[in-house]
Amino acid sequence: MRVLETGNHLVALAVRAAGVEVVPAYPITPQTQVIEKVAELIAGGHMDAEYIPVESEHSACAALIAASLTGARAFSATSAHGLAYMHEMVHFAAGIRAPVVMANINRALGPGWNIWCDHQDSISQRDTGWLQIYVASHQEVIDSVIQGFKITENWSVMLPLMVNLDAFVLSHTYTDAEVPEIEEVREFLPPYKPRWKLDPRFPVTHGSVVYPDDFSETRQSMQIGQNNARRVIKEVCRDYAEVFGRWHGDMVEEYLIDDAEIAIVAMGTLASESRVVVDVLRQEGLRVGLFRIRFFRPFPIEEIRSLGERVKSILVIDRNYSYGMEGAVFTELKGALYGFSNVPVRNLIVGLGGRDVSYELIADMTRKAISGELGEITWGDSRITPSHRVTLECLEEFKKLLG
Amino acid sequence: MVTLKSLPEEELFLAGSTACHGCPSSLALRIAFKALGSNMVLIVVASCTSVLQGSYPLSAINVPLLNIAFAAGGAGASGAVAGFKALKKRGEIEEEPTVVMWGGDGGTYDIGIQSLSGAAERETNFIYFCYNNEMYSNTGTQRSGATPLGAWTTTTPAGKHQHRKDIAQIMIAHRIPYVATVSLAYPLDFYQKMQKAKSIVGTKYIELLAPCPPGWKFPSSKTIEVSRLAVQSGMWLLYEHENGETRFTAATKKIIEGKVKKRPVKEYLEMQGRFRPVLEKPEGKEAEDLLEKEVTESIRRLKGWVPEYI
Ligand SMILES: Cc1ncc(C[n+]2csc(CCOP(=O)(O)OP(=O)(O)O)c2C)c(N)n1
Ligand code: SF4
Ligand SMILES: [Mg+2]
Repeated sequence: MRVLETGNHLVALAVRAAGVEVVPAYPITPQTQVIEKVAELIAGGHMDAEYIPVESEHSACAALIAASLTGARAFSATSAHGLAYMHEMVHFAAGIRAPVVMANINRALGPGWNIWCDHQDSISQRDTGWLQIYVASHQEVIDSVIQGFKITENWSVMLPLMVNLDAFVLSHTYTDAEVPEIEEVREFLPPYKPRWKLDPRFPVTHGSVVYPDDFSETRQSMQIGQNNARRVIKEVCRDYAEVFGRWHGDMVEEYLIDDAEIAIVAMGTLASESRVVVDVLRQEGLRVGLFRIRFFRPFPIEEIRSLGERVKSILVIDRNYSYGMEGAVFTELKGALYGFSNVPVRNLIVGLGGRDVSYELIADMTRKAISGELGEITWGDSRITPSHRVTLECLEEFKKLLG
Repeated sequence: MVTLKSLPEEELFLAGSTACHGCPSSLALRIAFKALGSNMVLIVVASCTSVLQGSYPLSAINVPLLNIAFAAGGAGASGAVAGFKALKKRGEIEEEPTVVMWGGDGGTYDIGIQSLSGAAERETNFIYFCYNNEMYSNTGTQRSGATPLGAWTTTTPAGKHQHRKDIAQIMIAHRIPYVATVSLAYPLDFYQKMQKAKSIVGTKYIELLAPCPPGWKFPSSKTIEVSRLAVQSGMWLLYEHENGETRFTAATKKIIEGKVKKRPVKEYLEMQGRFRPVLEKPEGKEAEDLLEKEVTESIRRLKGWVPEYI
């Protein structure tokens, strides 16, 4: 079915196509259209699912977990403060091995209140055990939701999965996209068959007290699930391409990397922007390629090591910041390369709180990276002045102003 | 007519629980299981009940159980109820199991009130069971919104200065179809209320006063006696609220009808070590009077009033 829709509505249509049975959710800009559309589809008889209008995101995630443990296919959507508010349950979902999918519309965390895009929200959930996809196009939104269920419900994975899409850039813009037919999807993704569930015929206690004697094992088994996911992701994306004829990469997506001297590494729609940069700079004769990290968790360690062998330098774009350190993707990428490659890596911080990132800016920074002019970490679009700084001098200035 | 002898023999609360001797939550689980039968699912929020079920890989609870976060009781139940509805639609199960959410007063009066309120307002079809031991036991006896005036806890070392809240009334204000209070000293009343709750569609709220030997400081052999005196003194009122009407039951009914004399609150307080610090002080008498007044006021409010235009 060819449709002209917003990214948010496409999430809802994908959720319907995926045969989701329970959707607990709580509204937050820029996610609201996802759940409004789901509620509308259900109310209109176009989708056969239970919608639970919970009273908070903490409750949304708790209901998501419990619904999944009954054996039903469950989905939710949130963003920024909503995701932060459910943090306890985000850990819980992974720890109790609930194979749910949640769309997170990437938005900045306040204060100050800012409804626009950056990746701080989902990056802050890095260590919860969830799988994380960052999508770069409308079509990928749909395909990732469907692939997501197939990956998380695999018995060797059984870890929840977050589909991250950039606020407004994807969530609120219209594009035409292909939504697969429900019957077609059902063949690719049959109804969920749980490995363990709440079943009065086989009473089992879930999530009980675990003493130090057993705890590490439960946590290592989560890591084994993440490791297994690397294989499952590749299989699912390959099979998906065979059935539906669409490919967005698996763990990563490469563009003109093979003969590149410098690789731009990015996630989400900044990767789409960087693709333009590659084309522009190649016309200038610069050998630039794009390496899009699609799965941030599990992290594409092998793929990055192979990248380190193939290029002469790397520029990592981060739309987040780990205060006291650097951009999170930058840290992770260097960690993966450590001991395997000495290529210089630079970090570009841009697009926080929805600031528009032009391809010209990224192109400019890439040129500087090639000529060796770019520092280790560059806040590429920040116009900070002394008055933004919290310093004694600044306070003195302020006092003077106040008289 | 239900008698103790006619209760089902099947035990779904198995041996091996790690509860303290005389633990009210475990005694209550046993009665509740008998009333509800095995086609049920239990959700448990962080509390003593998360611990007393035994630890991985063993469990004393022989019904499917989902342990969930402290604040998430009502929401966890909502998800389970929706999930079972979906399974039934899919033809996977014939009958949806009864979903029972089991939590302490902390998980109900305080951190979990939002989630409970949301589930009730959504008319979620489940039983919310609160065993109210009037404090946070699991973390070592801290005050909660259910701790009565004058009671010692580790965070009210001089006795609590505020009254407890009346959450059953808050639940009645949600217009849910069934609200009831129960006591371990009146097991048949308890059993019948659980059975009735099971038969009603919608949100059912049941609350047990749960005298906790280590927290309240009385011998573990006296849980039932303290429970009984709580009712006889009016400090715990037994009633059920259905179709807009409150009906007193068991000993409370007899007291209100004047058939049995109410015992003084003082007797109840003196049975427990937790009131000793305040009773020993000059303001002890004042606390006692305030609690007596609280009882009278609670009864007056529960009896309700009929507007003149009817
Ligand atoms: C979010 C969160 N905060 C605090 C705790 C610590 N905690 C666990 S149980 C508990 C008290 C429970 O009290 P109550 O609900 O009355 O049950 P009881 O222990 O009395 O059985 C607390 C504070 C927790 N598990 N989760
Ligand atoms: S502290 Fe009280 S409520 Fe907790 S297990 Fe012991 S007796 Fe039961
Ligand atoms: Mg308690």
